[in-house]
Amino acid sequence: MNNPFRVRGHGHVDPDTTLSFTFDGRTYTGHPGDTLASALLANGVHHVADSIKYGRPRGVLAAGAEEPNALVQIEAPFPEPMLTATTVELYEGLVARGLSGQGRLSDRPDPARYDTLHAHCDLLVVGAGPAGLAATLTAARSGARVILVDELPQPGGSLLGSQELLDGAPATTWAGDVIAELGTCADVQVLRRTTAFGHYDDGLVLALEKRTDHLGAAAPAHVSRQRIWRIRARQVVHATGAHERPVAFDDNDRPGIMLAGSARTYLNRFGVLPGRRGVVFTTNDSAYPAALELAEAGVRIAAVVDAREEVPEHWRTACEERGIDLRAGHVVTGTSGTGRVSRAHVAAFAQGRLGDRRGVDCDLLLVSGGWNPAVALFSQARGALRYDAEAGAFVPAQPLDTVRTAGSAGGTFTLSGCLADGADAARRALAAIGGTGRAVSLPATVPLPATVPLSDGAPAQVLWRVPSPRDGQDGTHQFVDLQRDALVSDVLRATGAGLRSVEHVKRYTTIGTAHDQGRTSGVMTSGIVAEALGVDIADLGTTRFRPPVVPVAFAALAGRNRGELFDPVRVTALHPWHVEHGALFENVGQWKRPWYYPGAGETMEEAVLRESRAARTGVALMDGSTLGKIDVQGPDAGVLLDRLYTNVMSTLEVGRIRYGVMCGVDGMVVDDGTVIRVAEQEFLLTTTTGNAAKVLEWMEEWLQTEWPGLRVHLTSVTEHWATIPLVGPRSRDVLALVAPGLDVGNDAFPFMSWRDATVAGVAARVCRISFSGELAYEINVPAWYGIGVWEALLAAGDAFGITPYGTETMHVLRAEKAYPVIGQDTDGTVTPQDLGMSWVVSGKKPDFVGKRSFTRAENRRDDRKRLVGLLPADERVLLPEGAQIIATSGIPEPPVPMLGHVTSSYRSAALGRTFALALVRSGTERIGDTLYVPLDGRTVPVTVTDPVLFDQEGTRRDG
Amino acid sequence: MQLIACPWCGKREETEFHYGGQAHVAYPEDPYALDDEQWAQYVFFRDNPRGPFTERWVHAAGCRRWFNALRDTVTHEFLAVHDSRTDQPATASTALASQRRKGQEAGR
Repeated sequence: MNNPFRVRGHGHVDPDTTLSFTFDGRTYTGHPGDTLASALLANGVHHVADSIKYGRPRGVLAAGAEEPNALVQIEAPFPEPMLTATTVELYEGLVARGLSGQGRLSDRPDPARYDTLHAHCDLLVVGAGPAGLAATLTAARSGARVILVDELPQPGGSLLGSQELLDGAPATTWAGDVIAELGTCADVQVLRRTTAFGHYDDGLVLALEKRTDHLGAAAPAHVSRQRIWRIRARQVVHATGAHERPVAFDDNDRPGIMLAGSARTYLNRFGVLPGRRGVVFTTNDSAYPAALELAEAGVRIAAVVDAREEVPEHWRTACEERGIDLRAGHVVTGTSGTGRVSRAHVAAFAQGRLGDRRGVDCDLLLVSGGWNPAVALFSQARGALRYDAEAGAFVPAQPLDTVRTAGSAGGTFTLSGCLADGADAARRALAAIGGTGRAVSLPATVPLPATVPLSDGAPAQVLWRVPSPRDGQDGTHQFVDLQRDALVSDVLRATGAGLRSVEHVKRYTTIGTAHDQGRTSGVMTSGIVAEALGVDIADLGTTRFRPPVVPVAFAALAGRNRGELFDPVRVTALHPWHVEHGALFENVGQWKRPWYYPGAGETMEEAVLRESRAARTGVALMDGSTLGKIDVQGPDAGVLLDRLYTNVMSTLEVGRIRYGVMCGVDGMVVDDGTVIRVAEQEFLLTTTTGNAAKVLEWMEEWLQTEWPGLRVHLTSVTEHWATIPLVGPRSRDVLALVAPGLDVGNDAFPFMSWRDATVAGVAARVCRISFSGELAYEINVPAWYGIGVWEALLAAGDAFGITPYGTETMHVLRAEKAYPVIGQDTDGTVTPQDLGMSWVVSGKKPDFVGKRSFTRAENRRDDRKRLVGLLPADERVLLPEGAQIIATSGIPEPPVPMLGHVTSSYRSAALGRTFALALVRSGTERIGDTLYVPLDGRTVPVTVTDPVLFDQEGTRRDG
Repeated sequence: MQLIACPWCGKREETEFHYGGQAHVAYPEDPYALDDEQWAQYVFFRDNPRGPFTERWVHAAGCRRWFNALRDTVTHEFLAVHDSRTDQPATASTALASQRRKGQEAGR
């Protein structure tokens, strides 16, 4: 070993293997089992970074996730910002640097994989310390399905940082035995390096497993780096332990100032001495084992400063035996040092007054202000907290039906108590779900008093801050939140400004908002606020705990849902052909639809003009398979459709097609589409592509909840069919070629009818409907045959210049005819009448959904917005969709009276100019008027027209 | 992520369900016997109680069946779900509502 601060005979690192790492440009060594923080301390490196606001040097305060200071940026093997050095496991080749508050995300894509697993269990135990292990063992031996998660690479939790004995052997031996036994239980899963970071409703706990982080560059590429576990547990035991909190005093932020229990962990878990000459400042018993164990291991303990007048006799004796200067009734009032603490200032403290100060030289100042149970998860689970005046901490008030705490997370601080509490929590949890927890014999602890026990003696003194010996006592040098550089004076400024709630103080000061969620600062803040306001901290409470408990990378949350897997992609049977022929795609819902097919060197504008010219003058075809299709079957199918569509569907003859509109009860258009009568008791209706699921749900809602007596079944058949609109004056010629058995004459096969036919050798349903105003056929074949029929149509149409077109051309063609797209030209405030489609509203039916609302006063207003056409005076100007419409050429002072907005806007090959559809107040009455569209700081004059701009007489649909 | 007990499928995650608003708001017998205000009451107005509320839900990403449920709007706890054909309770929850409410108020 060449680590100057490593001691033999302590710790669980592997001293025979050396790992090389780089920190802030210098190379060091450590061992497997180290964290980055322990390896730095083993090399005597305390200064990790300078603070974000005041640029003060900061070191390592803690040994776990509660660390507020030691933020690092990993540079290699892959950049990752904002990790705590205390939780980064050391690996060969690690390159890191200290961070002043902010890191840097990688500018390259993360090559690692992340994934998610679901798991279910009877009992989830969070934490593998003494309480968690006892709970898991109890439940496992009772045959329950148990999951145990723990953030560390090895089991034991707090036992790893102590020298406790269980059954006369090191406590970690017992922990290892328990884990070995759990490994033999088929229904028990132990997840190491796994942190439960959120506790949600109904026993859902999210946990982050770091699977290969500790392997660095040696991580196998096929194993996911991190995994989110979504665990559903019938019962949960939080054995999450407790976090030590500091006490605020002047200059309490220097490197070398450390929590006492954390220093004990560095010795016992890592074999690291955090200094050579220490002063211990405590308000309770728990710092004594730290002082004594470090003294045994070679740290010169210059003084133990105990704020209490009364110190238990066994601690006095133990200090005396080791020649440690114990100063009861004293406090540390401040520190000196450049770069690292070099002296602690100690003074007597009684009745709130400080005595004379004396300096004690040291390179390590250990602090213990008591312990805060780690109740974040319990609080997230909506468990209530209460203030325990003796411990000076917030503890769970009572267990929930499905969630309970065990061990120090519940305020039990002795080892024997934690073991018993864990076993008891498991038995209660099993009883709550009708099981029985078997009694488990727990290992024997060393009874008190003994030389080195865990705290169990005199009551602690609750001390949030030491009065400042500086003038004014305003705490301008007393740090509360080290990461946020927030001071006691910031808290006092907040209360001085009138803030009375810790939630407000948190937001005013930013205390508790850093990566560590205020583990070392939150309760202290409540204490200082309570003192400043003269209220009881029990009434004041603490800030609300919110997930995640520890920072979680977005990459882990995203898991496999990245790139192509981010959202499901739906493609039609014809999709490969579109890709092969250079189509550009548009997302419509989850569908990929061909947008247009650019020829060589063609712009989108040129391509769309070419495609629409083909449809208006020759023949063109598109992929319409994404249209929603709902099969409606049953004796009452016609009755249901009559009640949901504004027009009559039950009178439709088999073989015929009708266009229909559905409205909500408010009379506003929900969707439109065609309805074909397949058979006496079967209809097939189409919906807008993006609306298919919504329409099906809408119909089911009425069928199931309002008219359950109707004998009708609804089935989505969208993906069963490939649908190919064949459009244009020459479409009849093309169809005749591929369907020689079909009489395509206008009389034999009139508009709005359908025929069964053989098309290109495939049984097809051909519908004569048109979404372009041209002569058109919609050819439907089973999806499997889609490409074959599509290619046959292309071959047959070759002589006529058949042209595939995309959604953009489809929109131009339909807008020229003022066929609205629901959701684009409507927005949930538009009636069929507003769209100029009174003809689709039946006057004969006594009622249908929406009818009553048509006679509401609001619906009868004559200044409703109506669908109209707009022709810009400059026929080259393309109005942006969504543009507002005003009455004057100059823009008046706000508020500007808005008359409506542009809903669709295109360039038209047929019209030789741009045009738009718009919803305009009293639009029908304004036809012929000039209105204005503000655009790029000027206004564009537009003429209001009838919405149908092409073939108003409808002469083209029959060819 | 809450679990909702579909009367047909059992407990499923809440994202599988869509909310359908207040239950027992029937389509009026004769909409044309209502004046505009009465009709508007049916179309636009719903109760918004603090506490138990009878609602409609649909298991949209599952069996597609609608059902009624009694839910506490403070705790979000489902106190019961009903088969909407009979409107009888299909399952009864062990009602953690009051306990949860206490927890929430303490955390406020």
